[in-house]
Amino acid sequence: MSNRRLPPLWELTLARILEFVREPEAVFWVFVFPVLMAVALGIAFRSQTGALTSVALLDTGPPAARAELEKKLRTSPRLQLRVMNEADAAVALRKTRVEVIVGLDPSAPPAPADGSTPPALVYQFDPARAEGRAARLVVDDVVQRAWGRPDAVASRDGPPPTRGSRYIDFLIPGLIGMNLMGSGLWGIGFSVVSARVNKLLKRLAATPMRRGDFLASIAFSRLIFLGLEVAAIAGAGRLLFGVRIQGSLAAVMLVSLLGALSFGGIGLLVAARPRTIEAVSGWMNLVQLPMWLLSGTFFSYERFPAFALPFIRILPLTALNDALRGIINDGSSLASLWSPVLVLVVWGLVGFVVSVRIFRWQ
Amino acid sequence: MTTPTPPTATATAAVSCRGLVKRYPDVLAVDGLDLDVWPGECFGLLGPNGAGKTTTVEMLEGLTTPDAGDITLLGERWGQGRDRQLRQRLGVQLQETKLSEKLTVRETVRLFRSFFDEGRDVEEVMDLAGLQEKAAARVGKLSGGQKQRLALACALVGAPKVLFLDEPSTGLDPQARLRVWEIVEQFKQLGGTVILTTHYMEEASRLCDRVAIVDHGRIIALDAPATLIDSLGARQIITFTTDGDIDQAELAALPGVRSVIRQSESWVLNVEQAGPVLPSVINALAARGLQMERLSTHQATLEDVFVHLTGRGLRDE
Repeated sequence: MSNRRLPPLWELTLARILEFVREPEAVFWVFVFPVLMAVALGIAFRSQTGALTSVALLDTGPPAARAELEKKLRTSPRLQLRVMNEADAAVALRKTRVEVIVGLDPSAPPAPADGSTPPALVYQFDPARAEGRAARLVVDDVVQRAWGRPDAVASRDGPPPTRGSRYIDFLIPGLIGMNLMGSGLWGIGFSVVSARVNKLLKRLAATPMRRGDFLASIAFSRLIFLGLEVAAIAGAGRLLFGVRIQGSLAAVMLVSLLGALSFGGIGLLVAARPRTIEAVSGWMNLVQLPMWLLSGTFFSYERFPAFALPFIRILPLTALNDALRGIINDGSSLASLWSPVLVLVVWGLVGFVVSVRIFRWQ
Repeated sequence: MTTPTPPTATATAAVSCRGLVKRYPDVLAVDGLDLDVWPGECFGLLGPNGAGKTTTVEMLEGLTTPDAGDITLLGERWGQGRDRQLRQRLGVQLQETKLSEKLTVRETVRLFRSFFDEGRDVEEVMDLAGLQEKAAARVGKLSGGQKQRLALACALVGAPKVLFLDEPSTGLDPQARLRVWEIVEQFKQLGGTVILTTHYMEEASRLCDRVAIVDHGRIIALDAPATLIDSLGARQIITFTTDGDIDQAELAALPGVRSVIRQSESWVLNVEQAGPVLPSVINALAARGLQMERLSTHQATLEDVFVHLTGRGLRDE
């Protein structure tokens, strides 16, 4: 009769992997959802080279002067022009169907009907929106040139941005980072606390199982899915949007591994004490909230006030995103990314060490 | 109470404890409890819910730290740096453990096997627990009885010297309960020591060599099940209610009545033979113009011992 046994660490890790892959919803949230999000955001924010500026031309004022203005505006291929009454134009601006409204200035003396003297114009736009400010400049430039303003300085456009500096290039590493955070925290938090609720932890504590083996199996099972998680998002970015990894693939995997371990430690810490799923969910959200807001997944955190930046940089997701973007977008070496890497290591160590000490087995 | 005390008390006991106390913020769960369980014995803790049975076995299992008292298992104590070695020799089934529903029966038993240096073959233990045909089924798909047998398989796979079972058949139908008992009996036949808690007197009578009746964290009686029943001095029990009051002393004075207990609404009479006593009881009631209602008679059981000692039933809240 065979009486073989495999090492408990192996059996525990295998059990966790089987539990995960037999939960179709978990597989969806970890692998499919982030790819769908990358696709949706990539399409919404694809770089629109040669995109037209939407302009509303008011149908008010002397018809001749207005007709002349419309003729001049239509000479530019950069504008998408729509003639509207004032009410429609206001609605269109509010809904950002147009970025700027241009009309004859009713307070200025009327221009001669022969068109020899240019009319006075009024622009309406939202100065808080970059697109609005840009549209005003584009329209004004078209009008001024059409009425004969010479260019004082010779200028031309350089080549368009290279790959690596588009929004999607910025986004993909951020999505990898956010996904590693989510799967690390939720994957560990839920399974540990539900094992506690189900008294499974207590049952395991009644066996000669080494408690460190249990905690290590949680970390190991995370590492096995890590490669797939990163590959799913990076692969979708590469295939659909041509996002290239400028640095070394090994560095990407190493940083992802550090990130996964770091969030594994934090996940274990969050799950170390709570006795109910509701409690651990609340803590998970509390831990993730500042990183969702501040860590620059969807836009650069450099937009926050300077005094907040040192705090933002020590958040583990900020560190992970910075390191991933450094390698994927800028082709930086690991050595030059020592500070975010150090942040990840410290968070991971603190998480594991503290959670081992305070872990509640029953 | 009668505690058999062999000459070499704690020296040979598989499990023993003295003066065990556990206090929770709102309740004194275990109140100075002593017991000795001999090797090869099946020892039962019988008592109602909340009597302190689970707290007691969890202290013996080293899962709960006692506030006071001393525990010896297989010649060792908890917290002396040898807890893991001690756990290698214990099999534990806890109340209400939910094993992972996504794993199969075989995967679950194999996982538990991996924790023990010495143990039994996984297939053999599944066979023993009658789970061989369910080996590839997910735990979530098992019936209550099958889950309980799986819990037993996980407790037995480490080839324990001492098996702790906390309410092993609670919530199971009679058929499933019988299969659980057969597994425990097989373990006993191989010389294993069993400590089980239960609030089913049938379970205690059938499986246990000795039973400790526990109430409010104390042992109020301890002996072999048959001896405990004999201590009632009665073979049969008459239980009835009446539509009015009657004096307890009057019932106790009737010929053939050994003792009388008032258990909530009911009168409980311990008698040698129900047949000859019943007419005199009915007559005594009739003399006061009372009717006998909800009458039942049965052979004395451990439950009656508990009722006799506490005035309450095992399943009363």
